[in-house]
Amino acid sequence: MPGSRRARELIEGVVARDLLSVSRALSLVTDEGEGHEALVAGLFRRQGRAHKIGLCGPPGSGKSSLVNRLISGLRKTGERVGVLAVDPSSPYSGGAFLGDRLRFQEHATDEGVFIRSLASRGMMGGLNATIYGAVHVLEATGADRILIETVGTGQDEVDIADVADTVVYVTAPYGGDEFQAMKAGVMEVADLFGVNKADLPDAGKAVAALREALSLGPQERRGWIPKVLGVSALKGQGMEEFLLALDEHRAHLRGGPEGRARSARQVRRELSLLISRRVYRDAVGRIEGRHIEMLLDRETDPVTLGKKLIRGRP
Amino acid sequence: MPVSLRILIAKPGLDGHDRGAKVVVRSLRDAGFEVIYTGIRQTPEMIARTAIQEGVRAVGLSLLSGAHLTLFPRVVELLRKGGMKDVLVFGGGVIPDEDIPVLKKKGIDEVFGPGTPTDMIVGYLRERLGPNAGK
Repeated sequence: MPGSRRARELIEGVVARDLLSVSRALSLVTDEGEGHEALVAGLFRRQGRAHKIGLCGPPGSGKSSLVNRLISGLRKTGERVGVLAVDPSSPYSGGAFLGDRLRFQEHATDEGVFIRSLASRGMMGGLNATIYGAVHVLEATGADRILIETVGTGQDEVDIADVADTVVYVTAPYGGDEFQAMKAGVMEVADLFGVNKADLPDAGKAVAALREALSLGPQERRGWIPKVLGVSALKGQGMEEFLLALDEHRAHLRGGPEGRARSARQVRRELSLLISRRVYRDAVGRIEGRHIEMLLDRETDPVTLGKKLIRGRP
Repeated sequence: MPVSLRILIAKPGLDGHDRGAKVVVRSLRDAGFEVIYTGIRQTPEMIARTAIQEGVRAVGLSLLSGAHLTLFPRVVELLRKGGMKDVLVFGGGVIPDEDIPVLKKKGIDEVFGPGTPTDMIVGYLRERLGPNAGK
């Protein structure tokens, strides 16, 4: 099968960190091109131990600038870093301006860093099935950390918790009071809160409001108390503590049952997304003109016909 | 569903004027392309590596400082050296007419001067990359 041969060659290139192979593998999985399934299947079995860090939060909170600082900090200790930066696709033209990368261009020529921008292409919650494939590619390069920056959609961006090991919520002063922070959704999945732009006045107030909101109920979630830290991606202040908190969370995951529980959640979600995609594509592909006619003439109904189409061609 | 094509718009060299580059980014976005912009003050090495990492089909270079004869061909050279044999390289900015044939000889496929209607750039990319490019 040419697909699987191509996949094998690509995998060899990815593992050897050949830049062009990594890039082509990423294109193949995100475009779902010919052979992408063989590629993902092959990559999945050789996963490393990358620490996957998801960054979410509203647009303009400084996620990309923070990623820039994180890359700098992680590179100081020689860690290999992979970055996936997602920006929204236009629902009108299908086009996108992938503008996260320009914040971390200073790392463009660093051999230990691989950055790929992704358009959301209709992803829900800032992510879609192909993100798992992209993570597998970067993991196979031997990356120690993979930073995943989501679309800045905001409140219900909880899908990131099914991809990342550690979820960081980035916010900024004037991003709302403690009532904002009491809401359900993304506030519940974050392991670490980064109050960015801490160089601004009122940053302390924002940190206090978040801590106040979190303290209203049980703080500990499966052995971990989410941390709230003030950082300034612009000035670099607070970055050491922030990096330390990421390491602490990684140690928490690896030292107890929570790490495996999160991995289980990730593979379960990847599996179910893959199944739903496959089943959907196959079933929808079986729809013929006569089926539509049958519906129009009320000879059948969408529920009955739909069940039949999922099983095979009726 | 066809996949949107990816294009890199880059600003090599030291000039800080990027309104033109931003206008092109915007018009390509609206035409259905996925556009990555490097920001200003990029070395040819940064641009080439970005193009490779991002898996783009075309690289648009914008320059207004006069260093195009040095920097544009250098980007092409690095792209080819990096294995991107087919990537389309086009340019724009303040480029004297007599320099255009020189650039074309060195692998810059097309040059768009000030006042070029953005539709023309979109049409050019669709012609070169396939009629459905960015659609």
